[in-house]
Amino acid sequence: MSETWDVAVIGAGPAGLAAATLLAEQQARVVLLDEQAEPGGQIYRGIERARNHAALLSALGDDYRRGTDVVTRFRASAAAYRPGSLVWQVTPQREVWFSNGGRSHVIEAKVVVLATGAMERPVPLPGWTLPGVMTAGALQIMLKSSGVVPDEPFVIAGSGPLLYLLVQQCLAVGARPEAVLETASRGDAWRALPHLPAAMRSRDLAKGLAMIAALRRSGVPRFRRVSDIQIEGTDAVSGIRFRGGGREHHLATRLVALHEGVIPAQQMARSIGCAFAWDATQRCFAPVVDEWGNSSINDVMIAGDAAGIGGARVAEHAGRIVALEALRRTGRIDAVQRDTLASADWQARRTHLAIRRFLDVRYAPRAEILHPADDVLVCRCEEVSASALREVVRQGCLGPNQAKAFLRAGMGPCQGRLCGPVVSEVIAEARKVNPGEVGYYRVRPPLKPIAVGELIAPET
Amino acid sequence: MFRRIEPAAADIRFSYEGREIVAQPGDSVATALLLAGETSLRTTPISGSARAPYCMMGVCFECLMEIDGVGNRQACLTPVKAGMQVQRQRGARELL
Repeated sequence: MSETWDVAVIGAGPAGLAAATLLAEQQARVVLLDEQAEPGGQIYRGIERARNHAALLSALGDDYRRGTDVVTRFRASAAAYRPGSLVWQVTPQREVWFSNGGRSHVIEAKVVVLATGAMERPVPLPGWTLPGVMTAGALQIMLKSSGVVPDEPFVIAGSGPLLYLLVQQCLAVGARPEAVLETASRGDAWRALPHLPAAMRSRDLAKGLAMIAALRRSGVPRFRRVSDIQIEGTDAVSGIRFRGGGREHHLATRLVALHEGVIPAQQMARSIGCAFAWDATQRCFAPVVDEWGNSSINDVMIAGDAAGIGGARVAEHAGRIVALEALRRTGRIDAVQRDTLASADWQARRTHLAIRRFLDVRYAPRAEILHPADDVLVCRCEEVSASALREVVRQGCLGPNQAKAFLRAGMGPCQGRLCGPVVSEVIAEARKVNPGEVGYYRVRPPLKPIAVGELIAPET
Repeated sequence: MFRRIEPAAADIRFSYEGREIVAQPGDSVATALLLAGETSLRTTPISGSARAPYCMMGVCFECLMEIDGVGNRQACLTPVKAGMQVQRQRGARELL
């Protein structure tokens, strides 16, 4: 017989940690599975080790330090914690299959909470597959988890708050970017204006402005309203070409960090069969959930950025709200108790969400990366170009799953994680409909590469 | 291309293509190799073009390597261990 839990939480970022902590504090039998070796997710990555490194902690800033409270409270709880667990299948019957230490295991849960977080929006540009092109988040992860930074001039390009945060963090440890290329448009600045009053209720707006001011003071060359980015190189990056201020520019560099915002990680929820809908404001697919985080599949719940982008603090409160609903679903509390216990978290969640609409509009992804030029690879794994995709649409291909059959797009090792959002956009543009109408890849387990032997003999 | 902001606390030694790499506890295999100056960790099955870690968070699968004899391991999600044997992955591996 396999183990049975009240609740299995998947993902140890702010949402998953907060959910598991509250569930354990309320005496539910809860297990938290996470693929990393340490708690914190991406946002609080390496937080337990960073505690002993004053310079690093100070460079990463107060928002990162918040993770210490979240992780400490989790560690103090009775929640079972299985780090290093690659969840490769979750069934609608809530069996959770995962690989840990080279062996597969299966557990069952009355409620499964997916807290699988966000990923950075893919940035398909000419040259984006070259070694030396990374995401801004990737550089941040190296800094958080290993105290590692670039030791040569590097270029940061894109838009969104994370871009400015990374610049600030790098400058604080003496890793000076060669240039910052900002792709946000003037039109989006105007469109964001009506959302400014709401954003002013949030402390985050002042923090954002302070980061931009720090960038200005640093004297790092800053190019604004940048477009037509091309990354150059043969076996690795050698430079970057772009337009900015009406002129062509070229910079020599071996390292480029790209960032165009974040989107929900879809893979696990889709593989279970959870319904998704197109979110036109955040320009991404998000699972259909009710206000308590219930997905379209009974007793499968979704918390935090995996349910729609709100950021770390929103995720923390969402994790607690989802946990309270899970307690109700397992019969530990009733709806009245749930509502009472959740009221403070609802309030806090609203406050932290106040700036979101402004950010969504101000840093909307631009057409250049949503609909890349013909010669750009949209599927990195199977090396499928945007032109090949457009050609099969001309021949009558209506959606991503047909494109998969025609071109093998989405069939490589990443299983469509990185090309999925791009493929849906490109097909939608070619068909002149919105991406919600063309849909997304069907996602099937195993969600992670596992050895055949593990499939045959799971340990329970 | 990369450096540590403070000197390594303790050494973990592992082997990459027969070369000794010095890492520290908490490093992923991908971070340790980038730090050691390795720029490309695999080639693609289709065109054989060089690839390197892109996302460092388990999404892109560009850091697939052979680690202790097992192919298709995500180097960005694999913590370094003393004595580990790491090989560059050339072309395709069976996905399962």
